[in-house]
Amino acid sequence: MNETPKTQTGWRWWYLLFVLQFLGVLWPPFYNSAEPSWHGIPFFYWYQMLWVLVSALLTASVYFATKK
Amino acid sequence: MQHVNWVALGIFVVLFGFITWLGFAAAHWRKGDLDQLHEWGLGGRRFGTLITWFLVGGDLYTAYTFIAVPALAFGAGAVAFFAVPYTILIYPILFLVFPRLWHVCHKHNYITAADFVRGRFGNRWLALAVTITGIIATTPYIALQLVGIQVVIGAMGVSGSGWVAHLPLFIAFAVMAAFTYSSGLRAPASIAIVKDILIYITAFAAIIIIPIHLGGFGKIFAAVPDAKLLLAVPGAHSTGAYSAYATLALGSALALFLYPHSLTGILAASSGGAIRRNAAMLPGYSFVLGLLALLGFFAIAAGVKDLPEFAAGFKEFGNNFAVPALMLHSFPAWFVGVAFAAVGIGALVPAAIMSIAAANLYTRNIHREFINRNPSAKEEAQIAKWVSLIVKVGALGFILLVPTKFAINMQLLGGIWIIQTLPAVMLGTFTRWFNPWALLVGWAVGIIAGTSMAIAAHLTPTFPLAFAGATFPGYTAFYTLLANLLLAGVLTPLFNALGPRAADETVAADYHA
Repeated sequence: MNETPKTQTGWRWWYLLFVLQFLGVLWPPFYNSAEPSWHGIPFFYWYQMLWVLVSALLTASVYFATKK
Repeated sequence: MQHVNWVALGIFVVLFGFITWLGFAAAHWRKGDLDQLHEWGLGGRRFGTLITWFLVGGDLYTAYTFIAVPALAFGAGAVAFFAVPYTILIYPILFLVFPRLWHVCHKHNYITAADFVRGRFGNRWLALAVTITGIIATTPYIALQLVGIQVVIGAMGVSGSGWVAHLPLFIAFAVMAAFTYSSGLRAPASIAIVKDILIYITAFAAIIIIPIHLGGFGKIFAAVPDAKLLLAVPGAHSTGAYSAYATLALGSALALFLYPHSLTGILAASSGGAIRRNAAMLPGYSFVLGLLALLGFFAIAAGVKDLPEFAAGFKEFGNNFAVPALMLHSFPAWFVGVAFAAVGIGALVPAAIMSIAAANLYTRNIHREFINRNPSAKEEAQIAKWVSLIVKVGALGFILLVPTKFAINMQLLGGIWIIQTLPAVMLGTFTRWFNPWALLVGWAVGIIAGTSMAIAAHLTPTFPLAFAGATFPGYTAFYTLLANLLLAGVLTPLFNALGPRAADETVAADYHA
């Protein structure tokens, strides 16, 4: 309970990595297309699936970067 | 209906028997005094990173999701894939908000979101609003889990007329009710491990083996009609399917952790760090969900809808039969048993957690707040156990007495209602700037507006908002949340001027380690 004020500031610049996730998946016009397809899978599908992996990596980065 | 598939049914029953034993045995796992509400209802807050991963994964990615998302892909196409951005965006929110909530709840022995709101804002009516919203949003969700069980039992050829037809559902339900009563949250936590392993096996087997049968992904996607393959490009003066897709994903992500069962899973973690680690690990389930959504397209490519042996199933369960039919069509009977057990057990885990969460809410925020202010720890736990039974009977009644369509509509409305608690619960972990009465008015207006808009949109999730000569179709929950926030913000100075605010029983240091 007796924390130094320094750890209480909350916001860290690393959190901006989370913003990327919102930008990456919330603009459908960017990815609503069949090409470029990958092994027969249309862009719309593999692009979003790829973001699942990217977002997990970004979250893990934020975790390690902000871990005390 | 087709003949009974004895091999699949046998495997299903054996796996079901195993998790029944596990559910009861779980009472002795990390043993605690189950006469204490936080032991029964939160597993003693002792689940580490890995168990939390299984528990929250088993809790959020429900059987209904695994049936309904591919069914939507099968029926409506690309829009079903909103589940992917949705389940991507829940994790930044989980990471930023919920460790704070965990810490403050741990510090003050809060069991529910309403406990927190009561302590933070000192307003019992706002806490009651959060409580009732939680309970009402959860019950139809439990009912939908039963739909998942019904579909797979039907797909194994088990049928009958009158009450006999519902016998398997009754048995599954009675078993779940009994082990939840006796073991509390430890039961679904231990069963979740089995369920998730079965789900992962099924998903990866399906995603590898079925495309080989069907001649590769290229052929599968070629079989999907163009209209289903991508989102429809919006016409002039409308943001069309694009804004609908994005707001559905964002709104659903904002709502998810407000559901009582999600929060129960989170609060049962042993530390804020376990929650943060899970924000990076839980996308594993999102990946599986995306793969399973593709099963809807596999079902189109396999042409299961036109096969005579599945006609009766589609007639009874509609597109929800697409994945079971695909499994029956693609796999040997024993593996069908494994896959269906994954769905059946996958229904029991969240249903058990949901009933526990609703019971915690009733016990803490209705009974203790309004009926008996000083129950002993034992009385409190006992009430919760009974309420968990009542909630389950209610959900069972829901599914047996009213059409499934009604439960689906209620669950749709539930999402619109639960998101209205966001300002009090999620923003409340950062600030108590909002006046509780302003939050209450915002909540009420959000619920009334959301319900009216949903009804005006014929109980579909998106509302065609017309503004400045253009149309912006979007998720009703998202639009009404904005209205709620705006109103709560505008009314806060007004209510502050009317009278003094109640004290905050939490302090800034309670929100982190």
